[in-house]
Amino acid sequence: MFELILKRLGTAIPVLLAVITLTFLMVHSAPGGPFDAEKAVTPEVLAKLNAKYNLDAPLWKQYSDYLFGVVQGDFGPSFRYPSRSVTELIMIGLPITFELAVYAILFALILGVSAGILGALKPNTAYDYLPMTTAMLGICVPSIILGPSLILTFGIWLEWLPVGGWGDMPGDKILPTITLGTAYAAYCARLTRGGMLEVLNQDFIRTARAKGLSEFRVVMVHALRGGLTPVIAFLGPAMAGLLAGSFVVETIFGIPGLGRFYVEAAFNRDYTMILGSSIFFSCLIISFNLLSDVIAASINPKLR
Amino acid sequence: MKLRFLLFVALPFIFLSCGPSESPVSRAHIDSILYMGNGTEPQDLDPHVVTGVPESHILMALLEGLVIRHPEGLDPLPGMAESWIISDDGKTYTFKIRSSALWSNGDSVTAHDFVYAWKRMLTPSLGSKYPDMLYDVVNAEKFNKGLITDFEQVGVKAEGNSILVVTLENPATYFLGLLAHYTTRPVHKPTIEKFGQIDTIGSQWTRPGNFIGNGPFTLDQWKLNKVLIVKKSANYWDAKNVKLNEIHFFPIDNTSREDLMFRAGQLHVTSTIPPEKVEVYREEYPDNIHIDPYYGTYYYRFNTEKEPFDNKLVRQALSLALDRRLIVDKVSKGGQSPAFSFTPPDPNSYYPPTSLDFNPKKAQELLKEAGYEEGTFPSFELLYNTSEGHQKLAQAVQQMWRVNLGINVTLANTDWKVYLSRQSVGDFSVSRAGWIGDYHDPKSFLDMMVTGRGNNQTGWSNSEYDNLLIEAAKSTSRTERYGLLYEAEKILMEELPILPVYTYTRIYMLHESVKGWNPNLLDSHPYQFVSIEN
Amino acid sequence: MESNQPSLFREAVGRLTSNRLSFFSCIYIFIILVIAILTPFIAPYDYAFQDLDLGPAPPSSDHLLGTDTLGRDLLTRMMYGSRISLMVGFLATTVALVIGVMWGTIAGFVGGKTDAIMMRIVDVLYGIPFIILIILLMVIFGRNLILLFMAIGAVEWLTMARIVRSQVMGLSKQEFILAAEAMGVRKINIIFRHLIPNAIGPVIVYATLTVPQIMLLEAFLSFLGLGVQAPLSSWGILIRDGAVSMEEYWWLLAFPSLTFSLTLFSLNFIGDGLRDALDPRSGP
Repeated sequence: MFELILKRLGTAIPVLLAVITLTFLMVHSAPGGPFDAEKAVTPEVLAKLNAKYNLDAPLWKQYSDYLFGVVQGDFGPSFRYPSRSVTELIMIGLPITFELAVYAILFALILGVSAGILGALKPNTAYDYLPMTTAMLGICVPSIILGPSLILTFGIWLEWLPVGGWGDMPGDKILPTITLGTAYAAYCARLTRGGMLEVLNQDFIRTARAKGLSEFRVVMVHALRGGLTPVIAFLGPAMAGLLAGSFVVETIFGIPGLGRFYVEAAFNRDYTMILGSSIFFSCLIISFNLLSDVIAASINPKLR
Repeated sequence: MKLRFLLFVALPFIFLSCGPSESPVSRAHIDSILYMGNGTEPQDLDPHVVTGVPESHILMALLEGLVIRHPEGLDPLPGMAESWIISDDGKTYTFKIRSSALWSNGDSVTAHDFVYAWKRMLTPSLGSKYPDMLYDVVNAEKFNKGLITDFEQVGVKAEGNSILVVTLENPATYFLGLLAHYTTRPVHKPTIEKFGQIDTIGSQWTRPGNFIGNGPFTLDQWKLNKVLIVKKSANYWDAKNVKLNEIHFFPIDNTSREDLMFRAGQLHVTSTIPPEKVEVYREEYPDNIHIDPYYGTYYYRFNTEKEPFDNKLVRQALSLALDRRLIVDKVSKGGQSPAFSFTPPDPNSYYPPTSLDFNPKKAQELLKEAGYEEGTFPSFELLYNTSEGHQKLAQAVQQMWRVNLGINVTLANTDWKVYLSRQSVGDFSVSRAGWIGDYHDPKSFLDMMVTGRGNNQTGWSNSEYDNLLIEAAKSTSRTERYGLLYEAEKILMEELPILPVYTYTRIYMLHESVKGWNPNLLDSHPYQFVSIEN
Repeated sequence: MESNQPSLFREAVGRLTSNRLSFFSCIYIFIILVIAILTPFIAPYDYAFQDLDLGPAPPSSDHLLGTDTLGRDLLTRMMYGSRISLMVGFLATTVALVIGVMWGTIAGFVGGKTDAIMMRIVDVLYGIPFIILIILLMVIFGRNLILLFMAIGAVEWLTMARIVRSQVMGLSKQEFILAAEAMGVRKINIIFRHLIPNAIGPVIVYATLTVPQIMLLEAFLSFLGLGVQAPLSSWGILIRDGAVSMEEYWWLLAFPSLTFSLTLFSLNFIGDGLRDALDPRSGP
């Protein structure tokens, strides 16, 4: 276990370095600086602004200065919001995106695992085909279609739910959660079903039944463990997907989270914000991958 | 098992069967809170740094300048200055600062505050993007460009605490109106210097709790990307006439969502209306929809240093082949008017010459005359920045030039920053542009096209035009001045380095309970005149 | 040389056609592909042709699926859009396939230090949040179609490489490979004639499942405003335009969404079917 963690961390450093370097290079080779504005800035003013933000130093120096700052936890001021630091902006957007992601995962797990269990227990019946086909639909109706459709149905036509925001009106967290979580619910359902079926066919299950253990114990304790393993292992990569998903869902529902911040930063050439968020997202993904590996290993000793 | 499963799914829906409680707008007349959709999140609240419209709306609440704009006619009304005297030659303005003017912390507002603010605005190391607002002041431009370093030489002086004397390079008849703009408003020196030096930007002085202003409201809360709240200021000199208690500014950049929020009673006024809804709302909500003329022009820039746009006939031909009526009716759909001049017409003062037209036949003839027989005109690229509206318009224009002149136009859609930088280095053939006048005078448009101006960006230079504008600047008579500007605009419309398309309108939804929100060309709605009734 | 490829193929086809759903999926994809290829010849209108006076109109006999806000025929735009989306999907998958297969085969076959280094690189690249880099790439370097599918392909090859590598490692230990090596067959020939053809099964499955993923990614990017340039269209752009005006002009969202979802569904179903054919353990 300890070795696993160490090995992961060992990969983490080069990953972060790669992210920083790649992002830094791309952002700085871009046309269009952060200070272009509708009113043309005079060359004198541009020179002053560039000096202020250290943009006139040679590239390698900017890079090393930035790395130095990062190690100390300083990601610099945002270019777009001059009085706010990148750290501050990340801290504003992060709790919201985190909450959204957690709700989406919970939704996905509850709905998906239940459906998967159902399907595994009664394979090849209606109890199986219906949830599994619905699950397939969940994967094939992407958030860009599901989101607007839900808004149209529940927000505009039925007027049951608010159409945007997060935490402003009661019930406004429901539609974004469903939109983001549906695809993962579908994956969870399929993985759970597949994993459980695999386990249910094995000898030790028959042994347990023969021993007289209740069906409930057989399913929930033994088979489920086998079913959950792929789901937990999937959580790591799922985080990366949720990240991409959050960009779109936050845009559709106007949620002021980190994903939307990032997209705006990219469009606004907010260099420091782009770099800071990229590093941050990478750390998140690495942490989640590590976490899911650890949990999977503790559930299923075979993986150690 | 099945029941439990179904219950899991149904659970969230059970929670939402309670409908929304009374909407904020329906309660607003009791609390006197104005809910405003304000477009994008403000970058900052430093009046010497920001350049955008959303920021100007907020600064209108927090800071007051020497004058305020009349809510209907835009005439200058006394603000911080309770009276003023203009010298006969039109170059010296003496303002008396009212003694009841206070900052939100109780300090008196003095003439020194204005001198400090203008110095800060013009200090080169601050890097303000709007310093030319003050260039009419003696030596302001020189100081800003670093040619002189002693601010004492700039034509703004405090004589005691309550007299401010401003001397101008030329008699600028529009100058008084300009003094309502947020770039000319005072700032609280002790606050700024507490968090940095005179030229520090991005410090914490603009945060709630730190911001000291002299306007009718103070900064109460600022939740990034959620809401910015200002509360009525007890120390404002005219506080007894301010009827609103609070204003909530919502940074909503998604127009569909803003529209839905208005319909759900969460907003009193929106920043715009989705174009597809304009027709519908004209029928269904005639009392709420507002389509007000706006002091701005949507136009295309030509790069006159690039062939074939160096040829006047070509530019004229392209203009004649543009069916502006069709564009405003079918494409932009915002109640705009076709623009046949650069400066928008202002019935109160200035009617520009209108000589442009839609005449595809003539356009074809001109093209031939320029030496381009049918089908030989080279294909070129139309540059615009990413936006639904610009995209639709560009596609329609592309079609028109193809059908009417047989020209093949490609579209280049880039994001804002790239769009700006390509224009500033001349890496374009034709590009889309828009200009809103900062102050209520044709100079705010025509000045742009003077040789070498930063916002010209077409490479066009015409000495007769330049001279007319210089002459106009020296004139003390409004009629004479407008006459000269009229001539200049005629030249502009003959040469067409820029191709006006339509005059902007401000389209927005306004709840019927809001009073005192008057349409005017600059979309200026000072909040002290606004109230909410039942 | 003995290989289990032909019988696998036959079995795959057999499985696909036996199940009604898979059968219809195959037919559907075939139809979509045929329409996409023949579009320039059979499209009812020019994709950029605007009928400004007509404006957005519901389905009618003139315009089978209606028109958009600039009066352009929706059916035509969907047909041209499918070309772009499918092209991005298939081309990016091909890029990913070529790189992934080469990388994985070399790593798996050569083994040792080379393998260790190559897979280390894969591990590091795997940790980078690529969606971020792709967004950045599109924003910075413009909306170039070629850049788009190269960027996407450069993301997807990693998993492909891992799959191929594990396949190849398994195969390398098999007798026919060892025999070939003993006989002195050159490494290059072993790679191309024996390893790759035998490893191809899971690769095909994964590729079939990658195409819809890539199409989804393109749709996401278009939705964020980073798709192809106007007046071109892709399914992602059509969906986004539809979402903006869904309240007034429902057909602009409904038809592209339906087609897109069905395409994803079919491709995923076919991919699933293929996977089941190769690995009978995993379910019905």
